[in-house]
Amino acid sequence: MRTFRMGGVHPADKKISQNAQIEKLPVPKMVYISMIQHLGAPAVPCVAPGDKVKVGQVIGTPTGFVSAPVHSSVSGTVKSVGMINDLSKRPVNTVVIEVEGDEWLETIDRTDTINRDIVLDQKQIIERIKECGVVGLGGATFPTNVKLSPPPTAKPTCVIINGAECEPYLTSDYRVMMEMPEQVLIGGTIFMKALGVAKCYIGIEENKPEAIKKLSSLAVNYPGIEVVTLKKKYPQGGEKQLIDAVIGKKVPSQGLPVDTGAVVQNVGTAFAVYEAVQKNKPLFEGIMTVTGDCSKQQRNFVHRVGTPLSFIMDYCGGVPEDAAKIISGGPMMGKAVANTDAPTLKGTSSILFLTEAQTKRQPEGNCIRCGKCVEACPMGLEPYLLNKLGRATMTEELEAHHVYDCIECGCCQFTCPAYIPLLDTIRQSKATVMKIMRSRNSK
Amino acid sequence: MNTIIFTIATLSVLGLLLAIVLYIIAQKFKVEEDPRIDTVEALLPGANCGGCGKAGCRAFAEAAVKEGLTSLFCPVGGNAVMQAVAQALGQTIEDKAPQIAVLRCSGSCSNRKKTNVYDGISSCAAIASLYGGETDCLFGCLGKGDCEAVCQFGAIKVNQQTGLPEVDQDKCTACGACVKACPKLLLELRNKGPKDRRIYVACRNKEKGAVARKGCLVACIGCGKCAKECAFEAITVETNLAYIDYTKCRMCRKCVAVCPTGAIHEVNFPPRVAAVKPATEASVSASASEAAKQAVPVQKEEKKVEIPVQKQ
Amino acid sequence: MNTLIVSPSPHVHGKESTRKLMGDVVIALLPAVLVSIYFFGLGAIHLVCVSVLSCILFEYLIQKFLLRGKSTVGDMSAIVTGVLLALNLPVCSPWWLIVIGAFVAIGIAKMTFGGLGQNLFNPALVARVVLLVSFPVLMTGTAFHAPETGYIFGTESFVRGSLDATSGATPLSFVKEQLAQGVSVQQVMELPGLSYTQLLFASMGGSAGEISAVALLLGFIYLLFRRVIKPWISLSVLITVFVFAGILWLADSTKFTDPVFNVLGGGVILGAFFMATDYVTSPMTTKGQIIFGVGIGVITVLIRAFGAYPEGVSFAILIMNATVPLLNRIQPKRFAVEAQKK
Repeated sequence: MRTFRMGGVHPADKKISQNAQIEKLPVPKMVYISMIQHLGAPAVPCVAPGDKVKVGQVIGTPTGFVSAPVHSSVSGTVKSVGMINDLSKRPVNTVVIEVEGDEWLETIDRTDTINRDIVLDQKQIIERIKECGVVGLGGATFPTNVKLSPPPTAKPTCVIINGAECEPYLTSDYRVMMEMPEQVLIGGTIFMKALGVAKCYIGIEENKPEAIKKLSSLAVNYPGIEVVTLKKKYPQGGEKQLIDAVIGKKVPSQGLPVDTGAVVQNVGTAFAVYEAVQKNKPLFEGIMTVTGDCSKQQRNFVHRVGTPLSFIMDYCGGVPEDAAKIISGGPMMGKAVANTDAPTLKGTSSILFLTEAQTKRQPEGNCIRCGKCVEACPMGLEPYLLNKLGRATMTEELEAHHVYDCIECGCCQFTCPAYIPLLDTIRQSKATVMKIMRSRNSK
Repeated sequence: MNTIIFTIATLSVLGLLLAIVLYIIAQKFKVEEDPRIDTVEALLPGANCGGCGKAGCRAFAEAAVKEGLTSLFCPVGGNAVMQAVAQALGQTIEDKAPQIAVLRCSGSCSNRKKTNVYDGISSCAAIASLYGGETDCLFGCLGKGDCEAVCQFGAIKVNQQTGLPEVDQDKCTACGACVKACPKLLLELRNKGPKDRRIYVACRNKEKGAVARKGCLVACIGCGKCAKECAFEAITVETNLAYIDYTKCRMCRKCVAVCPTGAIHEVNFPPRVAAVKPATEASVSASASEAAKQAVPVQKEEKKVEIPVQKQ
Repeated sequence: MNTLIVSPSPHVHGKESTRKLMGDVVIALLPAVLVSIYFFGLGAIHLVCVSVLSCILFEYLIQKFLLRGKSTVGDMSAIVTGVLLALNLPVCSPWWLIVIGAFVAIGIAKMTFGGLGQNLFNPALVARVVLLVSFPVLMTGTAFHAPETGYIFGTESFVRGSLDATSGATPLSFVKEQLAQGVSVQQVMELPGLSYTQLLFASMGGSAGEISAVALLLGFIYLLFRRVIKPWISLSVLITVFVFAGILWLADSTKFTDPVFNVLGGGVILGAFFMATDYVTSPMTTKGQIIFGVGIGVITVLIRAFGAYPEGVSFAILIMNATVPLLNRIQPKRFAVEAQKK
């Protein structure tokens, strides 16, 4: 069984919501659609208060190459356009729409039939993905069309579809693979066509045998697609780790993943691309998990982008009394929610409730130099040292020890027996060092 | 006996030879440097704080000798040192008003309720890069003391009661390290003011009035009353936030009186006539500077001001 | 509405903590402690109790009154040091010797450097070496003269049987003594008390922890099983001692003892399994750990074969401890290499 070559940890699996079928979440009365749904330049609202919008209509136009349009997820009237706090309590330009009915654009194919023939050509596919605002749904929300248009120097050889879902608790990718396997495979075929490559791997961790079985049996009908079983280890779903696990190639430091010839796309993205290309449906819905040991319900939903988190939590029986932390995303790399009224985004993959016992940090002890962080680091760094250098703000030394390689997976902090917040410091140091390096490069 | 003489002789010859070698080398590799640089450096405080914008005191001295003193100022040494340097270099410079770091936030724990708990490394920069902060005010002090950590002079301490840093005006040299360290840009270098008296808006909240007030009791709500009251056009209100230009302010204190939230602070002023009993008034007016010195603990003076304002 | 906690990722932590790791080490040392209690009875209990209690006490007092920090006794590291110190002392050590050892270990070797995680040298070993140099008579073997003191009972006949023949020295010092008198290795090895089985299960002398290699091995396997330590240091020490002693033995088997005897006799097993693998004083990376282990092995055999002391493990580990900061400069292999300049 394949896996990445170094480091990694084994957090408890906790896929308690994995058997909950994907349900349609009701549409709230009011949605808040943020203009920052992706990595890169924010979109600019192209509607004004009072405008009537339909489901799927563009309400934000992209600015720049690395950017994506934003579509309305509901039909109704634009109430306001302005700053609304996101889940980190940071003001973000947001379009607020009051919902009236559910009227979709006629161009969207709403039938359930699976369209297997890909009629669009390479250019049209990329153009369609761009128009539909598809972004990577594995966490980074990088615009997909940009990823499918690699620089001319790079020579893509294969597509890797990320079905590892190595974060504990999360099950949205698993549900997609279980319920929409054909769509994912067609999505994979679209990726191959868009990149002009003949090989597509779907990497799935061993703890999802059902999904492996299902996709393997269907994949025989899709030439070039191969399902790869991976060992269960975090952070298998990290782009660099997945490429290493599946094709055994290392992404160079500060290089692009495509330098290895592989283009990684998430399972959710494959489904979104299928919908965009075959159904002409822009990305305004997302699939997410509501879970946690203390959560009242374990469910998987299709949500309309812009639904307030509090609406979803109320729909699932409210915030559990003993929940001390709400996380959007997985427990290893997700974001803690500071503002429960914040809306969902395209990339929102879960609402995870953790109790105080699960998540409260213990007081920090002395480093006992056990080397467990060194052993756990999937990038071959020395977190204990970076932490020390970071606290002394020795930026040159930090750079010499490759702090910029850090992928912020959190393995070091997860494994530290002295409860030292290694990643907290390293993240700060990395930001400082990257800033210095960028300003030096721009000179 | 012979041994001793021989030893002494050998050592002396050796010493002489080496001295000659050293002399030749010293002459050959001599670096020509303006001797005035050393003179200037000796006059500087030697804190190497970087407050002047140079890498250290030596760099300052080099710049002073090469480029003149027009664009240089040593905040630690202040005017006294600058005059001495100017004298040494045979230049004349004008005195600069002494400055001090001022915290533009008064969101203490009692004024600003915590709505969530931060649980990570104790660093303002880390919080600022993570999210909006523990309170509903997105502009206020995060209270983890990044400013305290960078201050070389021990002039800033976070008061655990209020959760806000306090500047010790006797120790602050206005080097500006804290200004750079604060991720919320709350610290500002302002003129120390006549008799150390200062008036400033202790808030940077740019939200609309209602939102700002919801997050913090003493937020500037941008009502503009102070700007209307000010006879010297020292106050501007932009994006729901008032700012007092210290170069124009004449310390009339009218703005402080009209501010509905108490966001405008006055420091080191004698107690207001209305609030003080006549018996103590004489001593206050007799020697204002004495009174100012007596009232040195800044926070105490501020509290005296804040209390009546909050009652309004 | 709950007051939410907000923190940067990761939001969960693994199950490990310093306390648990230290607890595991204590558990791993239990077989060795039990074996020495079985053979030496009250004497061993006395030794372990005094050692552990005085270590805890010194740590507590120093932390409270000198460093004025929060008490660190709870992390169990003082207990580990205490047990290790006990295993490094002869069973019949008088109480004051143990207390001095504990003071040296905790007070000088650990807390002076700033407490847990800061010390350069293994505290228990520093104590052992200080005692060895200061009280050579008490520290080497003579205590085994004394079955009449009542310390040795239980397997009295076995122990006493060998005592008669060896004057109670440790196997290594005994062999060294004999060799110095001009007896050849082969002749020495035929004397009673030096068979491999005895060395493996219950050698007749040495410090409390050197009694049984099997008991130590059990603890070592437990530590490996619990993933507390990695085997690299221990293996490289054992292999190096075996190989290096083997080379000497092949070169001149009348002057040098055979490799199996070198591995099983004396403190190599205790040192390789428990002293050299101490987190704080061993390197971080696998490469560094292997170099560290090889160094210990080489120095041990050198001291044994050519030095004045019969045993060299303690010195070897301490010497290699000093190289750890240097060995820690070895960077682990990076995942990502620098992109080639086009």
